[in-house]
Amino acid sequence: MNIIVCIKQVPDTTQVRIDPKTNTLIRQGIPTIVNPYDLHALEAAVELKENHGGFITALTMGPPQAKEALKEAISAGCDGGVLLTDRAFAGSDTLATSYILSAAIRRLDADNKVDLIICGQQSIDGDTAQVGPGIAQRLNYSQLTYVSKIREMDIELGNVIVERRLENGTQVVSGRLPALITVVKEINEYRYASLANLIKAAKFEPIIWNQEYLKLDKSRIGLKGSPTTVRRIFAPPRKSSGEIVNYKSENSREIMKSIIDIISKVRQ
Amino acid sequence: MSDNKEIWVFIEQYHNEVADVSWELLGEAAKLAPAIKAKTAAIILGKNINTFVKETIAYGADKVYTIDNPILGDYQTETYSKAFLKLAKKYKPEIILLGATITGRDLASAVATKLETGLTADCTALEINEETKFLWQTRPAFGGNVMATIICKLKRPEMATVRPRVMEMPTADFKREGEIIREYFTLDEESLLARVLDFIPADNTDAAQIEKAEIIVAAGRGIGSADNFGLLRELADLLGADIGVSRPLVEMGWMPYSHQVGQTGKTVRPKLYLAVGISGAVQHLAGMRNSEVVIAINKDPEAPIFQVADYGIVGDLFVIVPELINAVKALKSQSEG
Ligand SMILES: Cc1cc2nc3c(=O)[nH]c(=O)nc-3n(C[C@H](O)[C@H](O)[C@H](O)COP(=O)(O)OP(=O)(O)OC[C@H]3O[C@@H](n4cnc5c(N)ncnc54)[C@H](O)[C@@H]3O)c2cc1C
Ligand SMILES: Nc1ncnc2c1ncn2[C@@H]1O[C@H](COP(=O)(O)O)[C@@H](O)[C@H]1O
Repeated sequence: MNIIVCIKQVPDTTQVRIDPKTNTLIRQGIPTIVNPYDLHALEAAVELKENHGGFITALTMGPPQAKEALKEAISAGCDGGVLLTDRAFAGSDTLATSYILSAAIRRLDADNKVDLIICGQQSIDGDTAQVGPGIAQRLNYSQLTYVSKIREMDIELGNVIVERRLENGTQVVSGRLPALITVVKEINEYRYASLANLIKAAKFEPIIWNQEYLKLDKSRIGLKGSPTTVRRIFAPPRKSSGEIVNYKSENSREIMKSIIDIISKVRQ
Repeated sequence: MSDNKEIWVFIEQYHNEVADVSWELLGEAAKLAPAIKAKTAAIILGKNINTFVKETIAYGADKVYTIDNPILGDYQTETYSKAFLKLAKKYKPEIILLGATITGRDLASAVATKLETGLTADCTALEINEETKFLWQTRPAFGGNVMATIICKLKRPEMATVRPRVMEMPTADFKREGEIIREYFTLDEESLLARVLDFIPADNTDAAQIEKAEIIVAAGRGIGSADNFGLLRELADLLGADIGVSRPLVEMGWMPYSHQVGQTGKTVRPKLYLAVGISGAVQHLAGMRNSEVVIAINKDPEAPIFQVADYGIVGDLFVIVPELINAVKALKSQSEG
């Protein structure tokens, strides 16, 4: 089967901060990683290939350095990688991103019919969970999000049965192929690379496509093609400082009284 | 349609049980509406939905658009998005709000793509800008380290999903009146790309509903070991509180995921959040920042949890919590005796 995995290179968000003076993002020195959810998308693809055979292509849109993310995908067991990179892509929101990615997938599909696209549940920088569904809608594929298990994959019949993890339970859905699924972390355990794959990754050079090659409509990409714009960014608000006391045995009665007062008020 | 603008709220329901976030959003839509002279409308898609149409009006909808069709019995992206698009293309709302739930996010993404409009996920604040009349959509980004305000200038509708428990729950007024508009819709079932085969309800024996709790006693790694949990439970039981935890406790298997508060857990908005041995990492704060009152107990005076605490006690939880338990017990016997 022919699988495409969409992966995104993201800053390690635990280290991202706002500069309180300039109110801008401090980007310097922040390491980039493969979006953690996408590692589970890669693992899901590799497991399917182990059972059904086939070819896995990792696809990413980003700056030239995003090549590193594709290398990691190769080390995880992907067979090929495509990097979509172009200055004109910069500033794309989720609508523009899904347009660009789906155009690339159409190209790949023309060469080798795509059965399945796998995305992560969401990216940790944007946290939107919008790009996967966006691709599914543009390509008119079955849209199966928040997948926690792939129960059955029947390529002959052109059908996949998945479990979707909802807030109040699990939905079992059968979808036609080609399908786009987005996966939650619980779907699998990410296995780290084998030595053979690491060697493959070290030598790997991605296919690189740009705006011109994909014959994209310029008005639909980058900042211009993005309906949403960031109006301002700021540090999360801090509450006006409350009362902080040091506990000592001398003031413990007082502290207990204060807590009890708060509790009593709340319960009224 | 500029003279009769509408703000739409998607009413999310599962087998006719409505998700609370839908009511919260109707309340929020009513707050936004005057600034752009809009009406609020509830969108109800489903099967045999008559049971809660009146409720949507009581919670603030001026209009209700419904599509009642057996094919909409279970949520499925394709059927719901097609039904929603039919309404949106016909009535051209100015703003569409959905809950940032799994269903809301799934549906919103599909609809926004087909309408080629902007969508802002997981908002925590909405506001109509006085000058431009654009919807200012504020949301956490980069794991909660940054807040961003997003606008959609040129395309309409403006679309946003909003986290549950962030907006206030309005009070229902069953004397309110509203207009009900029934629409119809057909789809060839044979042509559907996907079908729901089954639904397995979550095992509710311990699937905590902490997002609905009024008082939460929350524990972090400071409690040291699973054995010490008894202390927290005792306090929670005395207060009639639910138990919340930080992520490490879930990772260590001390408590199930359904109790996790934070960016990758639940967003809670209790009247009282009592944080015990929690440092207050941004990812944790993202889930409890909107609590009405926060009390924090931590031995480290520099712990960031104190920055959001209304009342903070710097000290050893193993001394303070037992004492608090005694104080609450004393209070109880007083009020009973
Ligand atoms: C992508 C991502 C998502 C995340 N999502 C979440 C999330 O949803 N929810 C979440 O909670 N975390 C989340 N985290 C983890 C988060 O970054 C923190 O690691 C976590 O919240 C810390 O938990 P803690 O406060 O219990 O532990 P610690 O940070 O270890 O804090 C323990 C605290 O207990 C205090 N303490 C110790 N002993 C005592 C004592 N005897 N008396 C009083 N105080 C004591 C210490 O001073 C310390 O402040 C996420 C992280 C990432 C990277
Ligand atoms: N620039 C990108 N390149 C490739 N895949 C992406 C990109 N952005 C998002 N994705 C995919 O879409 C998923 C959801 O991302 P998001 O909508 O940003 O939360 C990610 O987990 C990836 O699988």
